[in-house]
Amino acid sequence: MEIMTKYFGKVSIEEGKIIEFPDGIPGFIEERRFVLLDLPANPAFQILQSVHNAHTAFVVTNPYFIYPDYTFKLDEAVQEQLQIREEKDVTVLSIVTLKQPFQQSTLNLKAPLIINPIRMLGKQYILNLDDYSSKAPISPAPLKKGVK
Amino acid sequence: MLVLTRKKNESIQIGKDIEIKVIGIEGDQVKIGIQAPKSVEIFRKEIYVDIEKQNSEAANVSRDILELLKSQEKS
Repeated sequence: MEIMTKYFGKVSIEEGKIIEFPDGIPGFIEERRFVLLDLPANPAFQILQSVHNAHTAFVVTNPYFIYPDYTFKLDEAVQEQLQIREEKDVTVLSIVTLKQPFQQSTLNLKAPLIINPIRMLGKQYILNLDDYSSKAPISPAPLKKGVK
Repeated sequence: MLVLTRKKNESIQIGKDIEIKVIGIEGDQVKIGIQAPKSVEIFRKEIYVDIEKQNSEAANVSRDILELLKSQEKS
């Protein structure tokens, strides 16, 4: 199917690539279906694009590139909801708030995106602990490492 | 908004499976216990609002700022 995207215009996607977010995303609870699009210019980042609304798109990244010790527990309800049975059923991504200059960009470690890539189910999981910020600084050093 | 007055150890029942109980009161702090099915998500309101705000800001990136990611790769 073809969808309109915020950054790439009209894009053709496979139905099987659509990730269902049954609860939407806080602030965007009407948006239940998203696709991950690669950024050809920079493999360290992807775009989480709403299927129904071209304007709703987030820059996301693998938080472990930047915070290798990032740790949290997934509660049972979420494991059930996303049909997670083992570790390989889990992809963790963080939403990036891009700023200019780039070094001032932040990433949301307080509410990671949890995706089951086998069932294609996702959720923004709000951590009930104070260890991580919703505006954690993006560090430029690991980026260079990750990209080159 | 429905407003009810409760004393310590008194509860409010919401629907058939949610109970909110006043556990303790100390000065201007109220300790609240919540019993709800696992599927009901419970957050401190200000945290949920912060995540909504952060998401809106993250979604509000202009197309040209995305160019930063390309230049980031070259630097």
